[in-house]
Amino acid sequence: MKGLVLCLVLAASFAPAAQATVVPAPERQRQLIRMVRQDCGSCHGMTLKGGLGSPLLPQDLRDKPPTSLVATVLYGRAGTAMPPWQSKLDPAEAAWIVEQLLNGFPNE
Amino acid sequence: MKRLVAIGALCLAACAQQPQLALRGSGDLGVVIERASGRVAVVDNSAAAVLGSVDGLGDLSHASVVFSRDGRYAYVFGRDGGLSKVDLLTRQLERRVVQAGNSIGGAISQDGRIVVAQNYEPGGIKAFDARTLELLADIPSTYGAEGKRSKVVGLADLPGNRFAYALFDAGEIWIADLSAPRQPKLSKFRDVGRQPYDGLVTPDGRYYLAGLFGEDGVALVDLWRPEQGARKILAAYGRGEEKLPVFKMPHLRGWAVAGRRAYLPAVGRHEVLVVDTATWQEVGRIPVKGQPVFVMARPDGRQVWVNFALPDNGWVQVIDTLDDRLLATLAPGKAVLHLEFSPKGEQVWISARDDDRVLIYDTESLKQVGSLVAQNPSGIFFTSRAARIGF
Repeated sequence: MKGLVLCLVLAASFAPAAQATVVPAPERQRQLIRMVRQDCGSCHGMTLKGGLGSPLLPQDLRDKPPTSLVATVLYGRAGTAMPPWQSKLDPAEAAWIVEQLLNGFPNE
Repeated sequence: MKRLVAIGALCLAACAQQPQLALRGSGDLGVVIERASGRVAVVDNSAAAVLGSVDGLGDLSHASVVFSRDGRYAYVFGRDGGLSKVDLLTRQLERRVVQAGNSIGGAISQDGRIVVAQNYEPGGIKAFDARTLELLADIPSTYGAEGKRSKVVGLADLPGNRFAYALFDAGEIWIADLSAPRQPKLSKFRDVGRQPYDGLVTPDGRYYLAGLFGEDGVALVDLWRPEQGARKILAAYGRGEEKLPVFKMPHLRGWAVAGRRAYLPAVGRHEVLVVDTATWQEVGRIPVKGQPVFVMARPDGRQVWVNFALPDNGWVQVIDTLDDRLLATLAPGKAVLHLEFSPKGEQVWISARDDDRVLIYDTESLKQVGSLVAQNPSGIFFTSRAARIGF
């Protein structure tokens, strides 16, 4: 039983990482890259080194669990200027963006 | 051989001539930020033409520009903390300093001698000699018991070589008196409201307003009577309703006032708020197409033009201030980031980032009368700003 619980917890915590394997189509990837650079960039900087929003370079995100990063993208952060993007992104797209951020975000 | 010499002589004459620029004034010039390229296009307003460009200005993903009093030099503040002094006549980068890690804009003093940058990281403002860009003062935005530094927003120049600005993280408004720039004097207004996101001073230099993001309302300081402290206006405009997600922060600056009314963006709402500047009471709200980013009065105050955050950033709306009703809804292009009126307002230039174009509209006919090509254009700045209080 304990094993099952652990298994479920593990499955839950890996869920978004697993979703990242649902890779957006190339045209959508281009849109997402542009959106992150240009629109997220209005607060986080086009180079993602931060602005009114926090820096989003790999070294800034390395210690944060990807699940919580995906949750921040989708649901925003209360008390800060970070809005929820779930009306613009589905969970797989948010997970793909987080994966790219962690690996060094592609240029347009 | 004779012919060759003749050609050589011609070339010498031509080459010697080349650096000689035609004599001209600077009052009809401006710059367009090409945000992805670290470059500004130098433009001629009346000719509706790009005269040339100046590059090497660093990260201009967020950039703002102020002008020297003679309108010859543009001071460009980049996201990467770069402060670049660009000569609009020769189209040369004259000087450049990287003065912070992360910067948001700047202003120039009443006497034109001091350029001030407002910084996110490290938080604070820095004052520079406008001629040499030599550092004159470094004023960290330290607040609270732990000595943290706040991001600085809403820098505005005030009469008396003073500058007002707001501390996003601290909820404070500070005024730095730089009449002796190496010995700045600070006045602080604390607890003005949560998360001021930008600020402006009215065109007469009397009132400083800081828009609040963390709560509904706007913080207001009467600079002629600073002893009265800061007060909050429009505190109930949201009536506790849930805000929409804000995908782009609104911008203020000193364009909001038309006649005796100020037109301000409602944060997280599809509304422009109208305030009577004599009483600072709300006198109306105008439903608009999306969340306003820039709400800008035409110089004569008869119209107010509004652009929007995504997903409505393809629209621009025009308000007639005589009866505060919508006059027009325009679709100038994809991702409209900024608008700038010609000095007396017969035209407005509009940047459409994703179309790589600047569109020129006649403000009476509301028709497009021209366009320019620019790569990912964002801010448009004409030298007529040089003579305005607040910039």
